[in-house]
Amino acid sequence: MAAPRQFSVQVEVLLRDGIADPQGATIERALPALGLDGVTAVRAGKSFRFDLAAADDADALAQATVVADRLLANPVIEESVVTVRPAGTPA
Amino acid sequence: MAPRVGVVLFPGTNCEHDAVRALDRLGAEAELVWHGASSLGHYDALVLPGGFAHGDYLRPGAIARFSPVMEAVAGYAVAGGPVVGICNGFQVLTEAGLLPGALQKNRGLRFVCATVTVRVERDDTALTDGVAVGTELSIPINHFEGNYTCDAATLAELRDEGRIVLRYVDNPNGSVDDIAGVCNAGRNVVGLMPHPERASDPLLGSEDGVVLLGALLRVAGAATPAA
Repeated sequence: MAAPRQFSVQVEVLLRDGIADPQGATIERALPALGLDGVTAVRAGKSFRFDLAAADDADALAQATVVADRLLANPVIEESVVTVRPAGTPA
Repeated sequence: MAPRVGVVLFPGTNCEHDAVRALDRLGAEAELVWHGASSLGHYDALVLPGGFAHGDYLRPGAIARFSPVMEAVAGYAVAGGPVVGICNGFQVLTEAGLLPGALQKNRGLRFVCATVTVRVERDDTALTDGVAVGTELSIPINHFEGNYTCDAATLAELRDEGRIVLRYVDNPNGSVDDIAGVCNAGRNVVGLMPHPERASDPLLGSEDGVVLLGALLRVAGAATPAA
């Protein structure tokens, strides 16, 4: 079996559509004070980054998805986007 | 014999003494159970009290769900033991998958600290056994993430199976279908956002919470301790 490789993972967690997003709404209401009246649909979420040792791309994605679905996001109210890339490559 | 109630203490829980005191005043022998505990079978009931377990980091209840005691709580619940989660304890039970749905941030973006009226919807759960349906209780709430939500299929299931235990008379937080408390299919696991332990003495402004905690102790007294 090949030696594990290092991967860099980014997980973005956002509230699902229809779930109240007080942070996003509050940020949006503050924007007119900057003179920006055209900014809409502001959503606040969380971003997580971590390193992961895995056999290959598919294994890394599978592991990262477990982290996202089982811990970082609550699927009842949140959705997550997982991005995996080999460590040391540009985001 | 006085029912023995385990009150689960996570790092960051802050309503545990209120719960123990309220239960003891009703004749229980309540004691704190550290979240590292692995054996709960000698209790007649469990209470997961309010607070901010593990600092509410990530989401309320998200980390607490991985505390060692939760495996024992799940085993206790599956065996039919009465389990009640109050406020943060309710959030922990949903994160742990022992109750359906989730608690999202309140409608209106506000933390709500108020005494509200809730209506008892079922008389056959661990927290409302023998309490007349329609009974209205005055009990405090104190939360930011108390807005109960679930998908349409789950809501239909909760309604059809009569698992909505308590409803707000005047919805304070946007909860779907005015839900203040729900139970599992076995009716032995109940979660609610209101704090009955804070309405357990006339000095606190209401003792309506005694109706619920008393029902829990009746169920606990009748229960065979889970293995």
